[in-house]
Amino acid sequence: MMSRDNFPHIEMVSNHSCLLTFSQVISEATSNYIALVTQKLTGLDGIIDLVPSYTTLLVVFDDDEYDRFAIFKALHQSIEAVDPNDFSLNDQRDVVIPVYYGKEVGPDLEDVAKHCQLSINEVIKRHSETVYRAYAIGFTPGFAFLGNTPDELHVPRKTTPRLKVPVGSVAIAENQTAVYPSVTPGGWQIIGRTPVNLIDWGCENLALIAMGDAVRFEAISRDEFLVQGGQLDGF
Amino acid sequence: MAFNVIKPGLLALLQDLGRHGHQSIGLTTGGPMDEMAFRWGNALLGNNSNCPQLEITFGMLTLEAQANTNIAITGADLGATLNDKEISPWRTYALKKGDVVAFHQPIWGLRAYLAVSGGFLCDPILGSVATVMREKVGGLTGKGDKLQRGDVLPYSACSHQPQKAVPRLAIPHYGQKEIPVILGYQYKSFSSLERANFFSSDYSVSSHSDRMGYRLEGKAIHSDLKGIISEGIAYGAIQVPKDGQPIVLLQDRQTIGGYPKIGCVSRVGGGILAQKQPGDVIQFTPITVDQAEQERHLHMARLAQWR
Repeated sequence: MMSRDNFPHIEMVSNHSCLLTFSQVISEATSNYIALVTQKLTGLDGIIDLVPSYTTLLVVFDDDEYDRFAIFKALHQSIEAVDPNDFSLNDQRDVVIPVYYGKEVGPDLEDVAKHCQLSINEVIKRHSETVYRAYAIGFTPGFAFLGNTPDELHVPRKTTPRLKVPVGSVAIAENQTAVYPSVTPGGWQIIGRTPVNLIDWGCENLALIAMGDAVRFEAISRDEFLVQGGQLDGF
Repeated sequence: MAFNVIKPGLLALLQDLGRHGHQSIGLTTGGPMDEMAFRWGNALLGNNSNCPQLEITFGMLTLEAQANTNIAITGADLGATLNDKEISPWRTYALKKGDVVAFHQPIWGLRAYLAVSGGFLCDPILGSVATVMREKVGGLTGKGDKLQRGDVLPYSACSHQPQKAVPRLAIPHYGQKEIPVILGYQYKSFSSLERANFFSSDYSVSSHSDRMGYRLEGKAIHSDLKGIISEGIAYGAIQVPKDGQPIVLLQDRQTIGGYPKIGCVSRVGGGILAQKQPGDVIQFTPITVDQAEQERHLHMARLAQWR
């Protein structure tokens, strides 16, 4: 449970931004609270941008029209009106992402299985039966940091990052998992690929996964992957 | 009506004041690297402050006007010419159909702004035309492309207005070596010795500097923090990675990151930094949030008063 003692600590970052720190440790309760506050502050007069992350929320404000004292006051009032435990306010969505777990699109699948002392099927089972939380979106547009992977699947990042990770690659590293929304360099261990677009400029929601969403992966066959428009190239 | 792009330049990008409100899904803002120069360009022509302009990095750009209009040039002096005659920045010029405007090479600074009466006409993506090449968003095509040979840059034809120039005292001090740094919330994690080193050493601009961030080379500094949980990155944040060489994160910065930050460069200071070329030497000087506010308000008040 979160209490009023969890009221975030507010510090200035520059003359037009401040950082709200909710906790020193990552937890679902903290992440829920940040999602609620982000929702509450969205569209508030003078607020230009909000960047929620694991334990913090960066607030960018309009310092030409408002001074920081007025912004601080508005932030305090809005945050006080948020009940950290009121999940009815939280519009957490369930997102299911189909994944083809195969060596041709998941070149690290074998290494991961070896490192975790599991069979490839057990790796797939454990990865796809867990419900993950989107703790933060960033790095590239639509890249969702999903946690937590089961303990048995914890693997380190690759010693040498790949220069090009194909779009849709599903990867794991330490206690996190993610899907690459665009071609970027990347050091996570790639175990499969989704045919689904994570970022769509033409769509109203833009990004498939939003902060706070509950995300689950669903294993699909190679054929289903191809039917859904999946591509096998890229490496 | 439009400009025909005869030579596309090294890196010419359409920019407005940036794509705001989408950082929560990882989308960066983009926008002019030298915001004050951009604002003056639109002010000179009586444009709305967000009207799209061309940000010209380094030069090597030639444009031919298809119709009468007025232009304003601000920011760096990239050796601009109008029909082969030298022209200087921070003022307006009247263009006739067939006139040729060219930007050659830097005389000082790195980025010039070309504004046109009414702004360049271009469909915004998520409320902005700001070009972010890395994210493949914005610009003429909407796909984040820089200007190409053969592009046409549309504008509305406009009759000639009286010519105007920016008052000398309002032009930022580009020659200054000192870049002001607002002392940030993680400043305390740097020991007094590290802080002293940071503020008393010369840093030179690395050749690996771009619209995402300016990398600096000089005395390495270290934070007591081993690492931090990834968090939102403000414009101007000075990240210090393990090698101790500071990186100032600018308009095309990533939205979140996990390195300690010693402080934050103001937008006015960031604009001056963005005019520095690889090899240029700078020094960081500490300022308070109050001082950064005053500096900003002074610049904005001059602009408003002049308009």
